[in-house]
Order: sequence, then C-alpha cells, then structure tokens
Amino acid sequence: MPEQIVIVGAGQGGFQAAASLRQNDSNARITLIGEEPGLPYQRPPLSKSFMKDGDPARLLLRPKTFFEKNQINLVEKSRVSFIDRAIKEVETKSGLRFPYDHLILATGARNTKPPIRNVEAHGLHDLRTLADATAMRSAVGSARHAVVIGGGFIGLEFAAQARAAGIEVTVVEMAPRLMARVVSPGISHLFADMHLAMGTQLVFGQPAVEILSTNNGVASGVLLADGTELEGDMVLLASGVQPNTGLAAAAGLEIDNGIVVDHMLQTADPAIFALGDCAAFPEFCSGKRIRLESVQAATDQARAIARNLTGNPAAYDAIAWFWSDQADWKLQIAGLPKENGETHLIRRNHNTATALWFSDGILTCAETVNAAGEHMAARRLLASGLPVTRSDLEMHEYRLTDYLNSTLKAP
Amino acid sequence: MMRAPYHPGNTDKSMPKITFIEQDGTQHEAVVSIGSTVMEGARDNDIAGILADCGGACACSTCHVYIDPAWVDRLPPKESMESDMLDFAFEPDPLRSRLTCQIRVTEALDGLVVFLPEQQI
Repeated sequence: MPEQIVIVGAGQGGFQAAASLRQNDSNARITLIGEEPGLPYQRPPLSKSFMKDGDPARLLLRPKTFFEKNQINLVEKSRVSFIDRAIKEVETKSGLRFPYDHLILATGARNTKPPIRNVEAHGLHDLRTLADATAMRSAVGSARHAVVIGGGFIGLEFAAQARAAGIEVTVVEMAPRLMARVVSPGISHLFADMHLAMGTQLVFGQPAVEILSTNNGVASGVLLADGTELEGDMVLLASGVQPNTGLAAAAGLEIDNGIVVDHMLQTADPAIFALGDCAAFPEFCSGKRIRLESVQAATDQARAIARNLTGNPAAYDAIAWFWSDQADWKLQIAGLPKENGETHLIRRNHNTATALWFSDGILTCAETVNAAGEHMAARRLLASGLPVTRSDLEMHEYRLTDYLNSTLKAP
Repeated sequence: MMRAPYHPGNTDKSMPKITFIEQDGTQHEAVVSIGSTVMEGARDNDIAGILADCGGACACSTCHVYIDPAWVDRLPPKESMESDMLDFAFEPDPLRSRLTCQIRVTEALDGLVVFLPEQQI
C-alpha cells in the first residue's frame, strides 16, 4: 500500500511540499487541500506586479496539467476542520475525510484585525488572497485618496503603486519608523525619504483607533488616537498577520506563536509536520524558536519535509531571506539579527545602501537597498558557516562582494 | 511596457519553442506564450530544473540557465540587477549565464536552446 500524505493548505509552501514529494517519491498518494478556489498561486506578487498587470494567470505556480500528470489530488474550496490523530484522518467542514500516514500542516497566516472601532466597515480592504487583490485593483481605479494603516512591506508596496497611479496616499504607522519589525533604523529612514519624495504622506507614532465610514457604512477614512481624521475613499488595513494554529491546537499539538516543530520540522506527533508562516521552529544558529513570514522559508521547509519523508532526512538549516519591491527600489534581507545585535549602515549613494548586523563582532544579517550582488554575497557568506568578522569587512570597506571574492581567491 | 495577454496552457503553432537541456543531456521542448518570460514558460511546462522561488522578481537566482552559445548575442542584454544576482548563482558563466525570469519571450526567440545548471542556489 503506497504511503498517504495529506497537506493542509495549498499556498506556496503546501504546493511546494506536494511537488517535492512527488519529485522524490513516485508512489506516494498526495492530497493537497486548500480553502481557496482554483489552482495554487503565488502571493508575493499580489502587492507588486499584480497591482500593475492584473493578470491572475501569471501568478499560478503550475498549470492544471501539472497536478494531473503528477497525480497530486488537489482539493479546492475545502477547509479542514478536524484532525483525528488516533485514527490518522482529517475531516473537512463539508464532511470529506482523508486518511493519512503523514500530515503536513501548511495553514499559513491570516491578517490581524487590530482593536480598532468599526474594523468591520464595508469596503475596508485587506490583502491576503487573489480575491482581495482583485478588489483592491478595482478600487484603485476610481480612488482619489488612499489611507494605508501599517507601514510594513504590504502597506508600503501598495502605497508606492497607488502613488505611481496618481492617487494621494497617506500611510499611518503606529511605530516611530517604517518596517520597524524587519529592518534597522537606517534603512527605515532611507525608505521614508523615498516615499516622501514620491509625495506619500507618512504619519508616525499614532495608532488608528477607528475606521470612519459614510452614512451607508462604507469606509471613508481613519481616526487617529490624537483625534486627527484622515479622509480616504480607499482604506487598506495592513497591520500584520497571525499564524493559523487553531486546527493544530484543537488536535492537542503544542503552540508557541506557531505550531511547534523541531529541527526536522516535525511536531511532537511523529506523523505530523508543519511549515511556513504557521510553524515555529528552532533557528539553527541560535536554537531560539522563531516563526518566519517568508515565501523562501515556506518553500525551503517544504523541500526539507519532503526529503525527511522520502528517506533523505536532514535538519532544516537554510539561511532566511526576504525581499520587498517598493517603487523602483528593491530591499533584500539575508539572515536574521540577534537580540544583542548592532548595526552598521553604509550609504553608497542616494538609492544604494547596506545595513549590516553584527553580534559579538560577527555578521548575522545584511539588509541591502538596490544592491543585489551584496545580498547574494551575504547569503553565500552566511551559508558558509564561517564567521565573518566586522574587522574583516572593514578592510574591504564593508563591501561583501569584495570580501567574498578575496576569500574565494585565498589559498 | 504593454504586455501581450498571457494564457498558459494555450498552445498554437505560432508560439515559440524553447529547448531546455538537462545536465545528463535530456531535452525538454517547451511551447511558450509570447509576452511571458522564459522562466514562466519553463514553469508552465514543468521543467524541474527551474525553481523560480521568488516568482520572477529578480530576487533570487534559482531560474539560472546557460544560454546556447549561438543564442547569447540574440537576447536582450542583462540589466545590472540581473548581472549582480548571477555573480553568485551556481557556477555562473560570464557570457552564457542568464536568469530566465528576466528574458521576455518574443517571436524572435523561437528555437532558443538553454542548458540547465547542475543545481540552483
């Protein structure tokens, strides 16, 4: 009897798990269950290229024929509501049952609904799915002034697109700077300058307390804690996500800011794995339990689980990387800062910069702006496992490519 | 730049053919829509050696190929971002390496031959 593998969640991580499992094992019976209609697609472009071209076909991870040819049983529009660990079976809301030998949870994350009054206002946008992005594109077409709550990747990627389309844009960020959770202050300030130069208004340090609405209940602006009213005929809520852990929690699996897994991405139940935005795993350098919202982490973890389930086990130890496209600027991040880290910012010119994170004098993370080569060099250096010291880099004017080339040439 | 409507799975005789050759010599012929990228063509034809982790944003280097020498000069030149990313792809070749997400398919690309690297990193 071939092994039965069920994957819950048909986002990019769940899809990759199915594809890699099939690549490694021609016999397994693979079922991929997703809530949304249609074929699995990429989310990162929803706030980037899709806002421009609006072409959903470009987003598809594979055509329909791929699933047929590879015998991946794709179950659309189905939400798994229950895991029966005793008999190893999942059940969907509509009553479909799928037995499993191994179960992979790729349930992703959902958008946070912060404690803001009237957050259920009609016409308030948030971005998670293709349907959300399609609604936003259509709203941008007739909007004059967009108010964005949240100065993170998605809020800023959208703001840049909307501004380029000629719309007035105001971004409201509760923290004192942009992208405060993911980049160092120097990079935040560079991006703030770029958005201001585009004509976007930035409001810092003020939480939104209420979604204003018209008499018909349609979102029409945002009220800030200091009483400022910002009017906007399009309002986007982009204030982060939280992991979808309810299914795992109900099945008795441990949750700690995500579904807890070990370095093999396995839960305490050896039949169940978790990956991507919903999984809390031990980071291989520090051993600290972390959760990443990153398409790279989701796909690398999917490949690792596929290896583990097909007789080629190895611990998950990929270097994390992230990117964001805002206007014509590309932000790339390689590695992760540590708690005791300190940063060193190098500005090459008005739109090129690198911020390096050091802990105890050792490089742990590189944030680059319009410096793809430096980003790639950082990934290579961090993956090598060899410590890169601050003084090593200082001798090369903090140019990672130069330093890497010098070490490659060294005898 | 306006792009032609993009319909994967639609194949007609006017669509360019691109050949992907694996390390062991196995050839895959892919019929690719005009207006898509070579990476999208590979993905839609299930060419296993093209990972395209970032989905075509020029943010990774996992859609790297070596262009057949006869075709190198017939492709639009690399922009600096692509060159930078390629420097640290797996065993890049200064002349022949390209990121397939940065090559837009036109009629002129009919018959293009590309070679897949041993791995994508």
